[in-house]
Amino acid sequence: MSHSFTPKVVTANALLEGDVVYLTNDDRWTRSLKDAVLLMDEADADLRLLQAQAQTGVIVGAYLADMQDGPDGPEPTHFREAFRRKGPSNYAHGKQEQF
Amino acid sequence: MYAYNDFDKSFLASRNAQFRAQVERRIAGHLTEDEFKPLRLMNGVYLQLHAYMLRVAIPYGTLNSGQMNMLAHLADKYDKGYGHFTTRQNIQYNWPELRDIPDMLDELGTVEMHAIQTSGNTIRNVTADHFAGAAADEIADPRPVAELIRQWSTDHPEFQFLPRKFKVAVTGSESDRAVTRAHDIGLRMLERGGVAGFEIIVGGGLGRTPMLGKVIAEFLPREDLLPYLEAIVSVYNLLGRRDNKYKARIKITVHENGLDKIRDLVNERFVAIKARFNGIDQELFKGIEAAFAAPNFAVKPIETYEAAYKSDPVFRAWSDTNLHDHKADGYAIVTVSMKAHGATPGDASSAQMRVLADIATRFGHDELRISHEQNVILPHIHKSDLPEVHNILKANGLGTANIGLISDIIACPGMDYCALATARSIPIAQQIATRFDELKLEHEIGELKIKISGCINACGHHHVAHIGILGLDRAGVESYQITLGGDHTETATIGERAGPGFSADDIIPAIERLVATYIELRENDEEIFIQTYRRLGLAPFKAALYTDEKARANAA
Repeated sequence: MSHSFTPKVVTANALLEGDVVYLTNDDRWTRSLKDAVLLMDEADADLRLLQAQAQTGVIVGAYLADMQDGPDGPEPTHFREAFRRKGPSNYAHGKQEQF
Repeated sequence: MYAYNDFDKSFLASRNAQFRAQVERRIAGHLTEDEFKPLRLMNGVYLQLHAYMLRVAIPYGTLNSGQMNMLAHLADKYDKGYGHFTTRQNIQYNWPELRDIPDMLDELGTVEMHAIQTSGNTIRNVTADHFAGAAADEIADPRPVAELIRQWSTDHPEFQFLPRKFKVAVTGSESDRAVTRAHDIGLRMLERGGVAGFEIIVGGGLGRTPMLGKVIAEFLPREDLLPYLEAIVSVYNLLGRRDNKYKARIKITVHENGLDKIRDLVNERFVAIKARFNGIDQELFKGIEAAFAAPNFAVKPIETYEAAYKSDPVFRAWSDTNLHDHKADGYAIVTVSMKAHGATPGDASSAQMRVLADIATRFGHDELRISHEQNVILPHIHKSDLPEVHNILKANGLGTANIGLISDIIACPGMDYCALATARSIPIAQQIATRFDELKLEHEIGELKIKISGCINACGHHHVAHIGILGLDRAGVESYQITLGGDHTETATIGERAGPGFSADDIIPAIERLVATYIELRENDEEIFIQTYRRLGLAPFKAALYTDEKARANAA
């Protein structure tokens, strides 16, 4: 039996603004986690990450982040990704301003 | 204070132009991130969780009003209207865009400020006692020495790629307000038989392996300072471990090689280096020292202060906690709390920065200081002006009377901003301050230092707190570990770990139990928390944290 794979999204920061961004199914970058593509297959995830990392003129520091499938798209399984999705807790700055 | 000469100005302008070109090349795709990262770090630019962060040095914590106004201007123009004062006398902007940063640096240059070596494996911003030049217990103002070190270490060709970062702190007083024993090098000014010099402490540091510095030289004459520092850093540069990031700081080098061996190597290097110093550093030092001459202190009556102190209980409470003894008659050192209950420790809005700059201009000989405890100091306020200064502070949310008390908390940015953090710090600080304000207990509790770090790197100095809190990630949940009995002063001590961590929900009640235990066990109102802890040890506090909790759980 193959080991179970935790679904992933490719995430990074935008080169110019530093904003948290996620890879979409059609290889664009979105600011909104719900528009990200949830990668269910390990080989596919690794390939999408490699392709993303090559986009050095657009993003910085791409990596695969664990997610789960939710009613409204991918949802963080860890609090770090939850904060990246929302912004800091001491001011309503960051993504929570925009969404 | 020190004013840039033509060399400083042209050096900074060319450095900023160089960095602007590097940013342009990065954006144009001619530099990869791997190539760009060390360059941006040397200029104080980090990429954090939500955005870039620019860390600007406030050398030895000293600012004038023009500089403070510039910090406010940058906050408005390039950020979200505020800045965050750090535990190393820097200010951090949490939201700049990459393209704007070269403009920010140019604007900073107009007021003789920069972000050079606020990151990277270099000699970092030199910190000093925040009461420098004002404290009643001071032997000499440490800032001229700190400025000399800033000039020597800035762009020093031998020390741009050290094994790891390198931090230097200087104090000119018996009371150590600069945490010198938790620095790679700590300098304590001394005088022996009329000769000015230093006790040199080496190999201190917090982080994952906290260690107190050891005395490598009991007395070093002042004129030998730069060659001796150069000898220490060059020995470390060769001997420091580059194979393991976690063993790369000089504290490990000293620990693994032994202080005696390091001292021998340093002394050997010193002889060679000293011969190359031709006295130019001493000439420079004389000029720097003159620039830090004390202001002309006024001689005026202080009846208005005494009258306000008698008649106004709010002013009295603030005076009792936020003022310290000044060396000049009739003056006081004012610590402005950046820790209003429930606010983010160390954050200042642009409006608050302008108010502070204005007070410094009108009442404070144009001087401000930033403390490692994340507060702002007005070092020279005549007591007759204190009632008016206090009114202005109060009207702008800056009148909190809590210096040294339980709500005067050091907190690193934690996982609300920092990419390295393992848990949040700021909400814990906010909740502790809010809770003890509700209980109206903090003045009864008295002096109590709580310091919070959101990861093992210990930017929040939790190891040297009376009550230290370390935020960790335990299986995907924020968990807070308590250390007790730390001390950041001249009697520096690393705190002891109390036991297993607490969840974010349980940490505030745990702190309450510790404080209740202290109040119950203290001999009298005069005995502060750390004294009770030293008298009784960990056991009763550990019981309050764990045994009682278990007993309650079992009873329930």
